[in-house]
Amino acid sequence: MNLKPDTLRKIDEAITHYPVKRSAALPLLHLVQEDQGYLSDEAIEWIAARLELQPINLYELVTFYPMFRRHPIGRRHIRICRTLSCALTGGYPVFEEFRRQFGCDLNEVSADGEVTIEFVECLASCGSGPIVMIDDDLYENVDVAKARVLADKIKAEAAKRP
Amino acid sequence: MPAPVQRRILLAHIDEPGYTSDIDCYLRHGGYGVMKRAIARQPEELIDEVKKSGLRGRGGAGFSCGLKWTLVDRKSGKPVYLVVNADESEPGTFKDRHLIHQDPHQLIEGIMITCWANNVRQAYIYIRGEFPQGARILERAIQEAREHRFVGRNILGTAYSCDVFVHRGAGAYICGEETGLIESLEGKRPYPRIKPPYFPAVLGLYQCPTIVNNVETICHVKHIADMGGDAFARIGTPNNTGTRIYCVSGHVRRPGYYEFEVGRITLGQLLYEVCGGPRPGRTFKAVIPGGSSAKVLKFGERFRVKLREGSMAEWSVEDIPLDFDYLSACGTMGGSGGVIVMDDSVNMVEALANINAFYAHESCGQCTPCREGSLWMRKITTRMVHGGARAQDGELLQSVADQIAGRTVCAFGEACAWPTQSFVQKFGDEFRQYAETKKTAKPVTPLV
Ligand SMILES: Cc1cc2nc3c(=O)[nH]c(=O)nc-3n(C[C@H](O)[C@H](O)[C@H](O)COP(=O)(O)O)c2cc1C
Ligand code: FES
Repeated sequence: MNLKPDTLRKIDEAITHYPVKRSAALPLLHLVQEDQGYLSDEAIEWIAARLELQPINLYELVTFYPMFRRHPIGRRHIRICRTLSCALTGGYPVFEEFRRQFGCDLNEVSADGEVTIEFVECLASCGSGPIVMIDDDLYENVDVAKARVLADKIKAEAAKRP
Repeated sequence: MPAPVQRRILLAHIDEPGYTSDIDCYLRHGGYGVMKRAIARQPEELIDEVKKSGLRGRGGAGFSCGLKWTLVDRKSGKPVYLVVNADESEPGTFKDRHLIHQDPHQLIEGIMITCWANNVRQAYIYIRGEFPQGARILERAIQEAREHRFVGRNILGTAYSCDVFVHRGAGAYICGEETGLIESLEGKRPYPRIKPPYFPAVLGLYQCPTIVNNVETICHVKHIADMGGDAFARIGTPNNTGTRIYCVSGHVRRPGYYEFEVGRITLGQLLYEVCGGPRPGRTFKAVIPGGSSAKVLKFGERFRVKLREGSMAEWSVEDIPLDFDYLSACGTMGGSGGVIVMDDSVNMVEALANINAFYAHESCGQCTPCREGSLWMRKITTRMVHGGARAQDGELLQSVADQIAGRTVCAFGEACAWPTQSFVQKFGDEFRQYAETKKTAKPVTPLV
């Protein structure tokens, strides 16, 4: 495992937050996923050893919690809310627009490795839907026109990258 | 009745230009002054204030906060934990988001007063994984509070020490259920625990007595400590005290979050006067008043309700006061305060199909009736929407839902059954006629 020094420092810190090491499982899964992009077998076994658990204790979490993933995703992570309030205000057409813009299917990485599009459940911002999250940033009132602007921005940023 | 005016206590500074989430801004607005006074008082006095206040939990169940605190097993000799429920996972609810992102120190001050009152030495904020910025804001705010000795060792120079840590979830709705949340905090799958014996107040986090309260509830505690329980109890209506934040989404002109005295505003006032009514050319058709799990209300239906003073009243949907008691008297609930509005462009089969997809995705899978039932309800409504509707599907859905509610470890069973039961019961014709309707229906916003 080749984790960044900052990740290792945060891992040490997170473990001190709990009287029982196992409680640090979710924090460590988040930290390692943020560092590596996804959770490989090696990563899971490393976390298990760090927390004195069996790998199965981590696999059962990774396979349950929707935010953990076993495979790399695109450089940009586009999450569109699917739930009722966003759907009522046009979430489905927004989702279709993102798919069209990047020509990729749900939960797959686009051919250029740039994006992964996910349809997720309520993002707790229902009053200003449709809601889209790009990486850690929240976008509100995203209609199809705004979806195009966001997609163009992602494409422009990708083109600038060396 | 005059137009309703917001009573912004929790939201006093939220969306105020120039108000920021850092501690200097909070201190400039008198921040942590209430905590300083609270720590000079006996913990029992503070619990008494909260009892007198009549505060009911804002997370969904509306359980008395003071009573919850008195049920904590203090004789066990074990440490008492506080877990703040910041999972905000009930669809239609987005108040905790703003309390956390825009005024994190109000929450932290509420936490520290709660901890002092209950002799808690360690608190956790369980925040949904989808709030990465919220988690960072809270962590920074806690660190600032530590530096000012409001959190951590020897708080305000006293012998009292208590720390707060932020714990991020990872996208599972069931982690909002308090015992699922506790399992998750212990590093496990969030399978809810059976009650009895696992009442958090007795056998909670690490089998220790644990208080689980919603973010909004804890923010209220600060203001109760400030104004006193009696003053708080005079806000709102009897047994439904204080203010609460209503989150309005869906088909209204001005969706958003609005704080009112509990029960002092009707659903009609909220939707027409505050939120500007339906979109142009539309009329209201249905409203879910307390988060997506609450039973739907149909515009046009009538309710016969016994008023608090004893007389009977007949109400339309618009007349229902937004509190805990009258909403349950009308067969639904105040729940999490999430009000989802649907206008006459919506077909109820399609709306239910959307809701059913949520619950099927989120069932934790521990109890068979819920795991299987939520999936079958989704399969049926999805099949209906995709051209395979049968006239008897409504009854089929109803029978599946009836076999879930009351047969599960946690209230998710009810949460997923209530939408189906109420949609089919109140809009039965739409379910019977869906196959026909679909042939001639104009295309509308797709919901599935
Ligand atoms: C399926 C389910 C989901 C829930 N989700 C939440 C939630 O996201 N946030 C919350 O505060 N309470 C939620 N609750 C309610 C909690 O179990 C618990 O009653 C609440 O956190 C207690 O705090 P309060 O008394 O301050 O409301 C949920 C309950 C159930 C059954
Ligand atoms: S329904 Fe989309 S944010 Fe809640």
